[in-house]
Amino acid sequence: MRQDDLYINKIDWISICIYVALVIIGWFNIYAAVYDEQFPKSIFDLSINSGQQLVRIGAAFLIILLIMVADYRVFDNIAWILYIIFLVLLIITPFIGKEVNGQILSIGFGSFRIQPSEFAKFTTALALAKFMERPSFDLSTFKHQLQALTIIMIPIILIMLQPDTGTAMVYFAFFIMLYREGMPQRYYVLALTFIAISLLALGIEENLYIVIGVVALVLLLIISGKKKISRIIALVVLGIGIIAYSYSLDYVVSKLPEHQQNRIMVLFNPDLDPLGAGWNVTQSKIAIGSGGFLGKGYLEGTQTKFDFVPEQHTDFIFCTLGEEFGWVGSLVVIILFCSLLIRLVMLAERQKNRFSRVYGYCVISILFFHFMVNIAMTIGLFPVVGIPLPFFSYGGSSLWSFTILLFIFIKLDSHRIQLLGRMG
Amino acid sequence: MNDQRPITIIIAIALVGVVLLTKLFLIQVADDSFLKRAERNAIQRVVDHPYRGLVNDRNGNIMVYNNPIFDLMVIPKEFSVKDTARFCEIFQISKEDLIEGYTSARKYSSVKPSPLIKQISTSEFARIQDYLIDYPGLFVMTRAVRSYPQKSAANALGYIGEISAAQLERDTVKYYRQGDYVGLSGIEGFYEKDLRGVKGVKYKMVNVRGVDKGSFKGGEFDTASIAGYNLTSTIDLELQKYGEMLMEGKRGSVVAIEPKTGEILSMISAPSYDPNLLTGSKFGSNYLLLNRDESRPLFNRPIMAMYPPGSIFKIVQSLVGLQMGVLTPNTTYACNRSLVACHNHPSPVNLFGAIRNSCNPYYHQAYRAMINREVSSSTFKDTEIGLNAWREYILKFGLGGPLGIDLYNEKGGSIPSSTLYDRVYGPGRWKYSTIYSLSIGQGEMLVTPLQMANLAAIFANKGHYYVPHLIKAIDGDSRKIPEKYRTKMDVGVDPHHFDLIQDAMAEAIYGTAARAAIKDIAIAGKTGTAQNPQGEDHSVFIAFAPKEDPKIAIAVYVENAGWGGRAAASTASLMIEKYLRGHITRPSLEEYVLAGKFM
Repeated sequence: MRQDDLYINKIDWISICIYVALVIIGWFNIYAAVYDEQFPKSIFDLSINSGQQLVRIGAAFLIILLIMVADYRVFDNIAWILYIIFLVLLIITPFIGKEVNGQILSIGFGSFRIQPSEFAKFTTALALAKFMERPSFDLSTFKHQLQALTIIMIPIILIMLQPDTGTAMVYFAFFIMLYREGMPQRYYVLALTFIAISLLALGIEENLYIVIGVVALVLLLIISGKKKISRIIALVVLGIGIIAYSYSLDYVVSKLPEHQQNRIMVLFNPDLDPLGAGWNVTQSKIAIGSGGFLGKGYLEGTQTKFDFVPEQHTDFIFCTLGEEFGWVGSLVVIILFCSLLIRLVMLAERQKNRFSRVYGYCVISILFFHFMVNIAMTIGLFPVVGIPLPFFSYGGSSLWSFTILLFIFIKLDSHRIQLLGRMG
Repeated sequence: MNDQRPITIIIAIALVGVVLLTKLFLIQVADDSFLKRAERNAIQRVVDHPYRGLVNDRNGNIMVYNNPIFDLMVIPKEFSVKDTARFCEIFQISKEDLIEGYTSARKYSSVKPSPLIKQISTSEFARIQDYLIDYPGLFVMTRAVRSYPQKSAANALGYIGEISAAQLERDTVKYYRQGDYVGLSGIEGFYEKDLRGVKGVKYKMVNVRGVDKGSFKGGEFDTASIAGYNLTSTIDLELQKYGEMLMEGKRGSVVAIEPKTGEILSMISAPSYDPNLLTGSKFGSNYLLLNRDESRPLFNRPIMAMYPPGSIFKIVQSLVGLQMGVLTPNTTYACNRSLVACHNHPSPVNLFGAIRNSCNPYYHQAYRAMINREVSSSTFKDTEIGLNAWREYILKFGLGGPLGIDLYNEKGGSIPSSTLYDRVYGPGRWKYSTIYSLSIGQGEMLVTPLQMANLAAIFANKGHYYVPHLIKAIDGDSRKIPEKYRTKMDVGVDPHHFDLIQDAMAEAIYGTAARAAIKDIAIAGKTGTAQNPQGEDHSVFIAFAPKEDPKIAIAVYVENAGWGGRAAASTASLMIEKYLRGHITRPSLEEYVLAGKFM
């Protein structure tokens, strides 16, 4: 019994508490999103989404239990096998999967269905960790950069074929992990600048915040660099490139057919097409914006009740929160997410072997990306991309894959002392 | 080496949190325009349902229209009445009903509209319209309900109902939504795409409670609905209703066709039902009742019931025999009752006499000559070849498969081929003696009443027909009906062979169907009596008239009515007279038919 007590003490209960809090808040919000005041049903009612989600939460807890009792070495050992199994599943999904809205994302039997693209996130994370674990691995060499990139790109290409651009985009989040592991800074400066310039060149006021954020990040990167003179030279070269690029982008866009131009512009300014492409964002912003400081009260939301917001229990679940709990509710959830992410960075940094640390950063990267993009799109800071809010959104695959992702890391962290011995 | 990078990542995470919270603060707290938009200016997409097309009969009489029904709606929160007595007087509602209606509306929702008085008539509506403005929270909602003023031709017209999940799945262009009404059977079903029109969309500003606040941006994004096309039916309503009256209390079908065009003048399925039963809110319960009814009123007999044709098929046999060269007008056979039963008539008979007297042994022998052509030394093989060759002739008469009427679920009957007998008896184990019943329209042969009427049309036209159809014009334009209803179908029998047939049919009236004869109208017809092992035989009669310039071809099939010369021929005769003369000169015959009950 003493042994058990000790093990329990090694588990990071802070992250687990935040996880549980997010799952519970999410579940209440799913109920609010489907709540119908004319025909109120119990939150446990299996005929509505909240009841079904409760079953999935129960299953998620079972998964956690399985992960926690499993041998910690198993994840290291089966990393490649899992990676390959899910690549195969991704390949066969378009052939045996079920088509929904022109996409074939899920496979399975009867009502039990999973989306391989969701689970491939953690198998890719494991594979990357396994690959980068080797002592000889060095991200400053081009060869290793390319190899790491290949591991990431294969699932991206397969998912793009489904086609599910949103989920494929998530895999680019692994660059956050690569950054921590020593990927040269210049790539990031270039990429972020590229994004910032594209946004500026398209003349988007709405996205000024992103631009400010990106510029701040670039500055941060430059300050943290050491060879300052060469950086300044690079900046000047970049500056010239920027001007040329923004002019050419404007030119290219102006040469596109009008409806395609609109489609691009509406991503940034939904008011251009309030009933078409901008509908989701407009309605989502109205729902969140009408929440005010304290919100309208639980189950008192009106925008979500009248079905103004589409996908309100999946990708747009944040609307319900923003409308019913106001800015204070948003504050609590965003702080919970940020705390979890920062806590995970701390956990990752205390790992004594590279496998755990790389995997930890993969978890951070994916959760961070989902959190940022999902909330940003509901408030019009980012184009609408169909990716779920971790632990919140309705659906089994997303909840389970995030749970597995997180708890494998918590499991690895709880064994960090034993894993120390394995360092080459 | 990378000591600063974890810090950078933490700062980035915090930065994203701050950016999101800042933006959230700006739209949630600093800016109350979103709250106002939510309160007042939510945009709702409202589908504007088009007006469903009407159906008129061939003479312009309305068969189907949309009956507007007005419901007086109340929004309890906005509703107030100062003088209850006056209100009750204007809206003709008792105080108790008003209180009860208001209470139940309030119980449902204080902000959403509920019906206070349902189904107000058009004249009532006109009267109360001016008073509505004095009472806030009251408005009138209009609904259109399909209505069939003549209560006639129920099975031909069909009905509309809520779209099923399966139909929604099949709708790949996503035109329909759940809860939409679609034509489910009959003309309503077949011409759904023409009748339904095109939905429009209105973007309305509604406040947070769903209350209408006018159109969005002055209707800039709205599209108007386009009304469905009106259809002109080939049916003659007066004839249809007369036929329905004659068929009351009987089980069977009457199909009348205009031979020159294939237009169906009337299509009666008895017993039938009042089409108005399957409209509006009573649809579900009435459908259940009709579906359970043992007399099967929903079963569209003219196109779905299949019977052995009986003796009327002898005419087809005669024509095929003539065309094949097996028979000539002078071919004579003895009425040999050892082959098959017959009734008393002079013997032997030539072809004319065989039709006139409906001689069974004649066709037994003639059919053997058609089938056993001695192309093979094996009698089994010879029969197989002969049957399949003969069948090719028969299929051209529109038998053995659906004709292609503009209704769904048409049955095709069956004309057996060698495959059927091979399956039943085994290949090479059946010969003419196995299949001889086909010679007189019995045995493994089934036709629908529609096909019988079409046969009459073929005989009238001397060898061609147009696929029978119920709609002659869409949106007033006869060129919009499907091409196949304007295409002449040839049966592959030379027209001159029909002269003898027509003469014999005209004579036959005086032989087997004396009741059918009408003074001054030359009718050509043929009786049939289809054996019914379950009970009394079925009575069959086909005819066309006037013989020299046929305007109507008709088939009457009355189940369990016994010998065809009686019920069926009388009914057909009355229908012909009604159509050609517009009135009946033989009230006693009419009484005789009306008195017949064979159910």
